[in-house]
Amino acid sequence: MRPEDWRNLGLTDEEFQLIVKTIGREPNHVELGMFSVMWSEHCSYKHSKAVLRTFPTEGERVLQGPGENAGIVGIGDGLAVCFKIESHNHPSAVEPYQGAATGLGGIIRDIFTMGARPIASLDSLRFGSLDDPRVRYLFSGVVSGIAGYGNCIGIPTVGGEVYFDPCYRGNPLVNVLCVGLLEVDKIKLGRASGVGNPVLLVGARTGRDGMHGASFASDELNETSEQKRPAVQVGDPFMEKLLLEACLELMNNHEVLGIQDLGAAGLTCALSEMASRGGTGLDIDLDKVPCREEGMTAYEILLSESQERMLMVVAPEQEAVVHEVFARWGLNAATIGRVTADGILRIRKDGEVVVELPAKSLTDGAPVYHPAAVKPAYLETSAVLDLKQIPDVTDANQVLLELLAAPNIASKEWVWRQYDYMVRTCTVEGPGSDAAVLRIRGSKKGLALTTDCNSRYVYLDPYTGAKIAVAEAARNLVCSGAEPLAVTDCLNFGNPDKPEIFWQFKEAAKGMSEACRALKTPVTGGNVSFYNESYGEAIYPTPVVGMVGLLEDVEKRCTQAFKTAGDYVVLLGETYDELGGSEYLATCHQLVKGLPPQLDLAKECAVQQTVLAAIRQGLLHSAHDLAEGGLAVALAECCFGNEIGAQIELQSQGLRLDSLLFGESQSRILVSVQAEHLPSLLQLAAENNVPTFTLGRTGGERLQIQVDGQPRIDLPIAEAKATWREAIQCFLK
Amino acid sequence: MKFGVVVFPGSNCDLDAYHMIQDVLQQPVEYLWHQEEKIAGFDCLILPGGFSYGDYLRCGAIARFSPVMKSVVDFARQGGLVIGICNGFQILVEAGLLPGALYRNTCLQFRCQDTYLKVENYDTPFTRAIPRERVLKIPIAHGEGNYYVDPETLQQLKKNGQIIFRYATAEGEVTPAANPNGSVENIAGVCNERKNVLGMMPHPERAGEPALGSADGKLIFTSILKYWEGCRS
Repeated sequence: MRPEDWRNLGLTDEEFQLIVKTIGREPNHVELGMFSVMWSEHCSYKHSKAVLRTFPTEGERVLQGPGENAGIVGIGDGLAVCFKIESHNHPSAVEPYQGAATGLGGIIRDIFTMGARPIASLDSLRFGSLDDPRVRYLFSGVVSGIAGYGNCIGIPTVGGEVYFDPCYRGNPLVNVLCVGLLEVDKIKLGRASGVGNPVLLVGARTGRDGMHGASFASDELNETSEQKRPAVQVGDPFMEKLLLEACLELMNNHEVLGIQDLGAAGLTCALSEMASRGGTGLDIDLDKVPCREEGMTAYEILLSESQERMLMVVAPEQEAVVHEVFARWGLNAATIGRVTADGILRIRKDGEVVVELPAKSLTDGAPVYHPAAVKPAYLETSAVLDLKQIPDVTDANQVLLELLAAPNIASKEWVWRQYDYMVRTCTVEGPGSDAAVLRIRGSKKGLALTTDCNSRYVYLDPYTGAKIAVAEAARNLVCSGAEPLAVTDCLNFGNPDKPEIFWQFKEAAKGMSEACRALKTPVTGGNVSFYNESYGEAIYPTPVVGMVGLLEDVEKRCTQAFKTAGDYVVLLGETYDELGGSEYLATCHQLVKGLPPQLDLAKECAVQQTVLAAIRQGLLHSAHDLAEGGLAVALAECCFGNEIGAQIELQSQGLRLDSLLFGESQSRILVSVQAEHLPSLLQLAAENNVPTFTLGRTGGERLQIQVDGQPRIDLPIAEAKATWREAIQCFLK
Repeated sequence: MKFGVVVFPGSNCDLDAYHMIQDVLQQPVEYLWHQEEKIAGFDCLILPGGFSYGDYLRCGAIARFSPVMKSVVDFARQGGLVIGICNGFQILVEAGLLPGALYRNTCLQFRCQDTYLKVENYDTPFTRAIPRERVLKIPIAHGEGNYYVDPETLQQLKKNGQIIFRYATAEGEVTPAANPNGSVENIAGVCNERKNVLGMMPHPERAGEPALGSADGKLIFTSILKYWEGCRS
């Protein structure tokens, strides 16, 4: 072996030496390829593992934490919800349609691998500025890729988020979350057990696509990335639909001992992980693998990332039934080997043993790095924000319209009208709400789902920003009437070998952990995506939080839209002079500066408990979390749903006008309440020490806001709504 | 009244149609696998939405050759009630049971949204229970729902009262702005001359309960039930 052999595959000299030491000899070419993908960042988490161990992962509802294909939490009545988020950033940067489509396909397989019926997906997307034609190409390509795959397979895309910022120009983020439902006693794990049991490869044939996708995902993007387009897989949602139905039919009616999907690192990863988790070995014959073309080498078969394939282990007497079920769905099922006792992955091709490696050397042998972390220099200057240098708002009407048209705040209808968000007829609150809500057939319960991350906050203060991402996700769920249960996270960062990037990662993880503990939402799994850099520039650190919540009675859900005229509008939580990192500063003053708003987790919990209790008691007509654009934008959004206006009177109490109207202070929720319920709401808030401000009444066709008796905002709802609704599609005409 | 929901590989609204019949309409219902060549004992067949065989060719073009389709065609020719929804409509058109064709939406994108439907003919098995002047709120979810027929056939459809639904405003006005996909004269659903086969792009099975935002779709199924009960008495 020459140094270029391993270096070209992304392994360092030290890593190669470690391989030699681990297996007691030099690996052959095929084995080296297997190590290179299994020890890639994408598969081994070698840079992040030590930090991830600090997350809270346990809770009374957690049935499956990190380490399997997806996390699972119990929701009572013998039911459980299975969910996970994953990134497909690099593929989407070079081939947006297929990159996004296969991202969705991969996460759907992770869910049904666990025995769960996928019931919904959400997407958390980030792109550069929409005035850039390449960004528009990536944006529309990613959205149609998600639509193309999700609509065809028949899993509703019910929500998510889309942000635009120049930092994502060359490296968009495509994070996809899938949620499934299953009975607690039907959980399946990715373990190879029972010596002598057959190992079956089912679904699509193996081709030469997606070679080294995992390694591609573990490198920065640059001028050569375009040439790595062949590393992107091509999705076939029809094949996956058949695979999904066949696998669930099999798992629901017959005993499957272990099952795992083939994703990054293909057969190599599935074989080694199943054996490693089961404490077993596998004897595999590659001549039995159904291939798309003749003459594929062992290396190609083992590293191919062809989509829509699953690996399973069953008892010998079940082998026939697997073939029968898959034949009925018109799919391949090939017995490619047996489980062995020795812990060795022994792989044959043309009658010869071409690989002989301890399974655990591939899965657990990768080094665990503790990279250096240094506080980034930019924080010295970015933190400095002298509000005295910034003129306060004079025409608040105009600023509100500007913010409503800002792509980060404007309606994302252009995106979600391309998604089938209704199929399976369980979506009772679809895209555009604080959280999506699904009913559960045959039960009174409902699930609320959301994803969240304001990466501008994380950039300006990774610790606080990440804390806010968790708090806001929980707040979104609470506004729909759900109790937050658990988290899946997708941690998108730059190159971890750069100490400043790793500092961001550590700080963000610390903030997330702290918030997850306080809000009692353990992390059940997720994904780390490093190397999100193009031409040496990293994206803003973007730890996306996916969160699942439970409604005991789905009929008691709540939405953000005002429901009737004459209700009281009440703000829970306090407003401070906090403009750092706000959408207002970025949009109206072109500044990404200051510190993000502060977050007091005790206050956050109190506000959330109050609103959740109020919704459960039926006190509220609407509830909406205050986020980008602050109070004025939140009020406008509450008016849009049913086109009901509001007359609001605010007291400035020494605050700047822009802070009061557009500041993004945390732990605030805007609610509307019928007059007869107002005293109960105020009492409930007082019991929890939550400050309340009765701001005015709903009604009319205008949003009118007075500050200290002065009219500041007065807009017809129809006009404001049109501005908000049409902004994004105007860019894409 | 017994319903059958045909399942092609790639159907994905079969569950929703089944749920509509079993839980909302509360009538017996069975799935029919695409490979079944003989079907018997059904009073109404539903061809559900989805992407039959992946629809990588023209939508419905492969499904029409499914073994089950021969029986569906025979059933329809004998006067049996057949309703094709979305992909089911596309398949009925491909199978020659309904006139016209379904092109790509003029916006060239998939569209998932609520639409309002003006009922053009109440004298069919599918519409008789719908209150007069009621505009139906029923969603669409398709990329290829742009209905086309040649001008002569269109005249025939009009003459025979085969145009059943048109996209309209919430007030029931048929306007270009209310047309979500470019269909000729806002046509959302048509039936055959004998009025026992209906194809429609909107999804009535997604609008059967108030929790889903509209229960108007149920009216189509109660019409079918009423018609069938009328035939029996």
